[in-house]
Amino acid sequence: MTNSLEIPGGVADGQKASASRVESKARTVALAGNPNSGKSTLFNALTGLRQKVGNYPGVTVERKIGRFYGAHGQAFDLLDLPGMYSLQTRSPDEAVARDVLLGRRDDTPAPDVILCVVDATNLERNLYLVAQLAELGLPLVVALVMIDLAERDGWVINVPELSRRLGCPVVPTVAAQGKGLVELRQAITRQLNGPAPHRATLPPAIEQGVRPVKDVLVCVSDKQPRFPQAEAILLVTGTKEQAVAAPAGVQPALTQARQAIAAAGVDTISATVHARYAWVETIIEHTVRTRRGAEATLSERLDGIFTHKVWGWLVFLGVMAAVFFTIFRVAEVPMDWIEAGQDALNGWIERVMPAGDFRDLLTQGIVAGVGGVVIFLPQILILFFFIGLLEDTGYLARAAFIMDRVMSRVGLHGKSFVPMLSSFACAIPGIMGARTIDNPKDRLVTILVAPLVSCSARLPVYSLMIAVMLPGAYSAWHKAGLMLALYALGLTAAFGMAWLFRKTLFKGERSLLLLEMPPYRRPALRVTLVRMWERASIFLRQAGTVILAISVIIWALSTYPKPADPQATPAQALAHSVAGRLGHVLEPVIAPLGYDWKIGIGIVSSFAAREVFVGTMSVIYSIENGEEDTPALRDALLGEKRADGSGTYTPLVCLSLMVFYVLAMQCLSTVAVVRRETNSWKWPLFQLGYMTLLAWLGAFLVFQGGRLLGFT
Amino acid sequence: MTATNAPTPLAGQPVGQRVEISGFTLPEGVRLRLLEMGLTEGIECRVVRYAPLGDPMEVQVRGYFLSLRTAEAEGVLVATAD
Repeated sequence: MTNSLEIPGGVADGQKASASRVESKARTVALAGNPNSGKSTLFNALTGLRQKVGNYPGVTVERKIGRFYGAHGQAFDLLDLPGMYSLQTRSPDEAVARDVLLGRRDDTPAPDVILCVVDATNLERNLYLVAQLAELGLPLVVALVMIDLAERDGWVINVPELSRRLGCPVVPTVAAQGKGLVELRQAITRQLNGPAPHRATLPPAIEQGVRPVKDVLVCVSDKQPRFPQAEAILLVTGTKEQAVAAPAGVQPALTQARQAIAAAGVDTISATVHARYAWVETIIEHTVRTRRGAEATLSERLDGIFTHKVWGWLVFLGVMAAVFFTIFRVAEVPMDWIEAGQDALNGWIERVMPAGDFRDLLTQGIVAGVGGVVIFLPQILILFFFIGLLEDTGYLARAAFIMDRVMSRVGLHGKSFVPMLSSFACAIPGIMGARTIDNPKDRLVTILVAPLVSCSARLPVYSLMIAVMLPGAYSAWHKAGLMLALYALGLTAAFGMAWLFRKTLFKGERSLLLLEMPPYRRPALRVTLVRMWERASIFLRQAGTVILAISVIIWALSTYPKPADPQATPAQALAHSVAGRLGHVLEPVIAPLGYDWKIGIGIVSSFAAREVFVGTMSVIYSIENGEEDTPALRDALLGEKRADGSGTYTPLVCLSLMVFYVLAMQCLSTVAVVRRETNSWKWPLFQLGYMTLLAWLGAFLVFQGGRLLGFT
Repeated sequence: MTATNAPTPLAGQPVGQRVEISGFTLPEGVRLRLLEMGLTEGIECRVVRYAPLGDPMEVQVRGYFLSLRTAEAEGVLVATAD
């Protein structure tokens, strides 16, 4: 990003030139607002695609900064804060938003102006946040969005009066059509050194109680608080847990203030909220008129269908079936193109380059690695297209509403449903889709269990092992039944582990569902497309690089060291490589599961991606075109004998192997994505560990239990 | 609206019922969040519907729609007008 130069004196909007105006540094505007208030749309409209997406250091909260230019060409950095209902925070997202506003984060510039998005169709609750922001005393600009919808619903809002009562500019904005953007830029420029907005008067006992806390706060803090008054209000009127987090030096004053307020018969928790809402109610009373009575809106009538006991489920099943079908089947088309492109590229490289290690690195390491990254794109794009659509139309809240009862039984969230469903296609979009869950604990549990749901990469392994376990004599129904049982096992494991994590790791965490049911709206296609692209580029940059590196490493492990004999078959070469030797090393660990060292190689080489198992087995048993030729591979596996002459792939071994693949992580792309989504190595490694252990235990129980029961 | 009845939990109120919030028996943090979402003492709200499986429930308050689990709604005390 480039900084634009500001010419001193070149700005003739009546502000006095100050030192900060001379320097070329961009000023910072914080974009705050309730979740679902249309903040992203406004952010995109103001900044275009001049934006940077990253993470706040140390937390999983996404940071978006974009550049726009003010009325006189000054540069502004627009900080898109996470959606928030209040400065009394409940989630890490809200905590980051609060800390940025209070200027507490060293990694983010403190805002000069706050731009608050206010949804005109939900004015009263949205103005509660404005009431809190006003207490900071920073210059404020209100972007009044969805005013067209509010008017359609029969509301008339007196904008000049609203502006007068709030003590700050209020700009009606229809971001998707570009209406009000010029006025917003002007208002922000004017407000740079503008006055503080009006604010609600808190009960006298609280105002008095806050004062000493504020003074102590100024004295004891290492870093001078930017808004000591607002910080003191938050401390005095917050919960006891929040108060404990305050600097130790403040505690005596804080306890004293709380006691004094309580002695005056005032409830610190509710009195402040009541005072702010009372202020908001007065403003509403003087600025909003309704033309209509309390007739049911279109949204309410639609909800009569979409959350109906019968129709609700049918609509839900239909929508989810469409999502699932598209991710599962439609994505196959571009995925086939990507594979074909990869094959064509490899074919071309093999024609123009002499055989050798470098050519193998290019074809089997790099091209296969890049292909392995890009192959996920269609599913990610499709899932985020649907999520965008479901969120923007308001249906996602309804789906969560009807599914919450089921999901909360096992400690998941109503919104966990879509990520879990898409994990049937691939866990990667599923885990990325868990972003729609705002409660961080619910989101983490969802991420941790999503890969247990059987994804499409397990299908080749299931098909092969079912073909070996149930040869010719069994009907397609048996095979389908077994396949279904495997899917059911994965889903059961996912729900079971979610329940277990809730009971152990996140014990005592009360999961709270407060779900806003927004009115149904027409989705803004442009916003959805921008969001799709954002997700895809994050995936490519951050997970893609890791996946590519891992592909190259796995290729090297299964290539080196090379056998001395240049005439060695691919099977011999694989057995000689590090991966092949690991198969032998692993034998004692996997023998109790019924596996020999050859299966060990398959497991090692498919550590990065499950479907590789089939390809590796083809190499080991020297089947040409193994992946397309399952019958030949099946016959080879059926013919494989142990030293004692008994078959290696008994039905019990096949079942044990299938259970292993149902439960094992065996997907380093998922590890890379979980690393990106949780912003730490702790959770992906924990997940890899628990799933591998679970898989081993599951396979062990099947094999040893089966033998005890007399099966082979 | 004049509240005449003794306070009862919000959970279980029939669909369409208009009630006035009169108090909470909830942990501090949950109470604060419900208050900030607009469910303040004295405000009138309307039970809009229950989810097909009976939980969560949806209420209309301050002109918007909010769903909450019945576990929380048990701790929201309301008075009914009739």
